[in-house]
Amino acid sequence: MSGHSFKEFPITWGMVIDIDKCTGCGACMASCQTENNVNPQPEATNKLRSTSWMLVYELTNDKAFPDHDVAFLPRPCQQCGNPPCVSVCPVVATDKNEDGGIVSQIYPRCIGCRYCVAACPYHVRYFGWYDPIWPEGMTKTLSPLTSVRPRGVVEKCTFCHHRWNLAKDAARAAGKDPEDLEDGAYVTACVQNCPSGALSFGDLKNPKHKVHELIKSPYAFRLLERLGTKPQVYYISRREWVRKLGDNYLKSEKTE
Amino acid sequence: MSFIDIEKNWYPEGVTRCGLGKFMGWLGFLGVIALFGLIAMLVCFYYGLGVTGLDNYFGFGLWITFDLAVIALGAGAFFTGLIRYIIGVDELKNIINLTVIKGFICYSGAMLILSLDVGQPIRSWFGYWHPNVHSMLTEVIFCITCYLMVLIIEYVPLILEQKQLNKIPFLHNLAHQMHVVMPLFAGIGAFLSTFHQGSLGGMYGVMFARPYAFREGFFIWPWTFFLFVLSAISSGPCLTVLICGFMEKLSGRKLTTYRIKSLMAKIGGTMLLIYMVFKYLDTWAWINGVLPRAGLTFDQMFYGLVYGKWLFFTEIVLCLPVPVIFLLTPLRKKPAFMYTGAILACLGVIINRYVFTVQALAQPVLPFTKWVVYSPNWAEWATSGMVIAYGFIIMSLSYRYLPIFPQEVGLNKK
Repeated sequence: MSGHSFKEFPITWGMVIDIDKCTGCGACMASCQTENNVNPQPEATNKLRSTSWMLVYELTNDKAFPDHDVAFLPRPCQQCGNPPCVSVCPVVATDKNEDGGIVSQIYPRCIGCRYCVAACPYHVRYFGWYDPIWPEGMTKTLSPLTSVRPRGVVEKCTFCHHRWNLAKDAARAAGKDPEDLEDGAYVTACVQNCPSGALSFGDLKNPKHKVHELIKSPYAFRLLERLGTKPQVYYISRREWVRKLGDNYLKSEKTE
Repeated sequence: MSFIDIEKNWYPEGVTRCGLGKFMGWLGFLGVIALFGLIAMLVCFYYGLGVTGLDNYFGFGLWITFDLAVIALGAGAFFTGLIRYIIGVDELKNIINLTVIKGFICYSGAMLILSLDVGQPIRSWFGYWHPNVHSMLTEVIFCITCYLMVLIIEYVPLILEQKQLNKIPFLHNLAHQMHVVMPLFAGIGAFLSTFHQGSLGGMYGVMFARPYAFREGFFIWPWTFFLFVLSAISSGPCLTVLICGFMEKLSGRKLTTYRIKSLMAKIGGTMLLIYMVFKYLDTWAWINGVLPRAGLTFDQMFYGLVYGKWLFFTEIVLCLPVPVIFLLTPLRKKPAFMYTGAILACLGVIINRYVFTVQALAQPVLPFTKWVVYSPNWAEWATSGMVIAYGFIIMSLSYRYLPIFPQEVGLNKK
């Protein structure tokens, strides 16, 4: 849909999520929150205000029993190849300039205008409505690897970018090429902690990485593909209704 | 000499004004509204935007709708300035001061709201320091700040013409010299404001993953860029007419001739007709091009009452052809039709800004998400009310003490 051009990167980190394997347990959400210092929310029942860089949606085929079916769709930042959020940011607080194709977010530069929130159809961007406060003693859980965001800036999933730096350091220390990491040398917290193995992570362009093959599956799809955002997150489902829910299909359209 | 008598010496030459007590009562009433809004503003600054009704679905809400609406309605200033100083329609000198003050109020009010609406207001200058040249919002930041400066420059000579201030030779000469160079600023203002209005439209049109707002490009701009400019320059003069009429009603004095107001309404109506043609083309292209390509239908764009089709038809049918007829035919000679036409034109632009701001975000693009209803809370209403009260205060003080209307003395001779 969009006529915008987008950048290509030699290393393109991506995630493949097998929806049919996801049980909706929420381990990915919990591990993401812990890994990335997302503070406990004062009012977490308000889902429109809570912060979940990784969010699990419950999908349903809207049919009555016995045809009723549900699926769970974990949703990190889609790290779009053609991100709708980047071109709109007035202060270049969000960008897709670095190797790896991860959409960055510079918290000290963000002015909190929330234009990126408006532009993103995936609702991956979260605004800091309140001062981040950790209850007494809970500060011990803070990770030194991820910055804590102040109130009034927009934040989002970074594919645990800090882990990539750690993986590159480890590769250098072992005398390996940090630009050619082995499959599994860098994975995000959600991928690491998924108990059902629904989430995979790697370089989409590296034939040695599992995700390179997975995205070629005939059951693979991306969310809202026709809008032209070119996400680096792929989903797999063998159920047609799930694939159809990945994009806005008109009644006359088929997925296959 | 008592203060009441001294105060009378501040009035423009040859006019009468209401009693000081009555005026102070009026200012006190407005002051209470402004004070309540100021408290809400301080609460927002202290506790953060968590005190508002905004959320992660509606990063843009009442404040942005309000901003877009007042800026569009304030467009009378630059457009009237353009016609008066650049095109040379001399008759408009009788209403140009009013449009300048209105523009100043609208833009400074919008700036007030914007300072609230950003999560990190003290970083607002980053728009200049780390500009993203691809972002329409950067252009908005540039133009809105520069244009406000232009409006201040246009407003200052009016203040300097206050009877007592004007007795000081330096200020008298300064005001005169500023008037001499005013066509230059009118030109700069017209340029800045055109791009600013356009960029506000462009802001929505470039959101290519939001099919409600996305539009195709015309050169480097999405065509909402031009639609926003056209809708602003059609509704702006209409609001000037309404303000003038309202002030006449409130003060009980004739401020301009009906001919001037009628001319402004005709200008607004002409622009509205041009806008209507393009808006219809845009709507047709949106329904038959943008939406099907996104896998969406026209019906999917509406939901319930607050996002209902009634808004669409009110904007497209009631607020376009009807005011065009009222403002461009002999019906305009009757005040009831002229004012109704002006009200409808302004209402249309407000609805347009609302749907682009709120409905565009509420419309679920992800097929497994649902419509979410946004309702602004007291903090947003109170601060918006503060800006309206601020506008009334500025206009009231300006009317009482500054020579805004050149025709006022002549029209009210007994």
